[in-house]
Amino acid sequence: MSTDDLKRTPLYDAHIDLGGKMVDFGGWNMPVQYTAGVIEEHMRTRTKAGLFDVSHMGEFWVEGEDAIPFVNRLTTNDVTKLVDGQAQYSALTNENGGVVDDLLVYRFDQDKLLLVVNASTTEKDWDWITSHKGSENITLTNVSADYCQIAVQGPLATIILEKLTDTDLDEIKYYHFTVGTVDGVDAIISRTGYTGEDGFEVYAASDNARKIWDDLLDAGYYGTDAGILPAGLAARNTLRLEAGMSLYGHELSDEITPLEANLGWITKLQKGEFIGSPKLADQKERGIERHLVGFEMTDRGIARDGFDVYVGDEKAGYVTSGSPAPYLKKNIGLAFLPVEFANVGQEIRIDVRGKLLSATVVPTPFYKRQK
Amino acid sequence: MANIPENLRYSKDHEWVGVDGDTATLGITDYAQSSLGDVVYIDMPRVGDKFAAHEAFGSVESVKAVSEIFTPVAGEVTEVNDGLNDTPEKVNSDPYGAGWMIKIKMDNSGAADAMLSAEEYEEYLSTIG
Repeated sequence: MSTDDLKRTPLYDAHIDLGGKMVDFGGWNMPVQYTAGVIEEHMRTRTKAGLFDVSHMGEFWVEGEDAIPFVNRLTTNDVTKLVDGQAQYSALTNENGGVVDDLLVYRFDQDKLLLVVNASTTEKDWDWITSHKGSENITLTNVSADYCQIAVQGPLATIILEKLTDTDLDEIKYYHFTVGTVDGVDAIISRTGYTGEDGFEVYAASDNARKIWDDLLDAGYYGTDAGILPAGLAARNTLRLEAGMSLYGHELSDEITPLEANLGWITKLQKGEFIGSPKLADQKERGIERHLVGFEMTDRGIARDGFDVYVGDEKAGYVTSGSPAPYLKKNIGLAFLPVEFANVGQEIRIDVRGKLLSATVVPTPFYKRQK
Repeated sequence: MANIPENLRYSKDHEWVGVDGDTATLGITDYAQSSLGDVVYIDMPRVGDKFAAHEAFGSVESVKAVSEIFTPVAGEVTEVNDGLNDTPEKVNSDPYGAGWMIKIKMDNSGAADAMLSAEEYEEYLSTIG
């Protein structure tokens, strides 16, 4: 695919102006890093603040009196537990219990939910959701192109965003949101993120993206040593991996169930039937056969996505995500292992281009911020 | 623009070679380090290892990716830059200096003559965008 065919977010020009190194990410032309480089972008997000363009993600409105029962029937978490102004991490599952996508469900009121889905799966998810609409009284609207989404993450996120809004950000608890203004325009301000840091995700009309982006950089003293840095997809990946978060297509897929991927906490089998729930209940009763674990390399070397994992001389599983961890200064990863080996302290070996290198199963998340 | 010192020879795999008698010093070019991004690990050979021309002698890993490094000249490794174990970032900050990787005693001391000159390498870079 030539780069001309790739989709662009409303911040494409901003990325070019900032020296972003642009790559194809699931059909989107996105910055993998800027001039500071992935390690500095990662470290700055952990210690000060990072700014991320996540406008490529998909947004769907679900409106109508059956909004909650409809979404509850398609997702694993319990939508009835949400209150107005609250967000929930959840998963869309297929009939086999495999994950169609992981997503956020925002409750505006009992008749109005917003679903935020992954960029590369937006069309698949839209087809899935619209084709599974039954007799429910709801309206579905795909507004993915209408919204920009900008994440400001890190210990300084609140004081930076505060400069651009009258909303009292301290009033927004983790996994809650409010509707207000940012930089003078209507916005959804959500205390969520994908970095393991405190921070916000701001949704606004796409036309306002550049102004909000530039003003957040200014508010965060971009260009100074202690200032905010724009951070690309590479830092976004290493940050989420240190925080032990799943990435669709790696830890999650149509063939992986949430129970296998450590997402039992969002799989509410008691809430009543949802798509895939009979298979998931069955899997839970039989006992799952493989489990996602975190590991740390003990030999020098870096495990990468897809590498085989050995226990003794037997091939036992595979790496779903592997990378150097810039903040922890270790080489870490997530892997699927048979449940009998999926225990902290288990010694494993990873086939790194023909060399079997030692690693140990460790608890996740690898990184947890000080509160 | 990538930095391309005049006094070195280059390969299309983006390695550089500095020749002193029959000894060649090898590293990766400024273009290569910039494409890779932050280098975090270098897998290097041992002193005494022998390599044919164009054979992989190790690998360079950045946060995002791994790429093999090839020796453009045949010979025996006489020295390895062990300092890079602790400071692999020198490959980024000083690719032609402190970021050198190995020294090779060349089987054929004229082997590097067939490699690209600085001017030819610059031209090659312009063709690959």
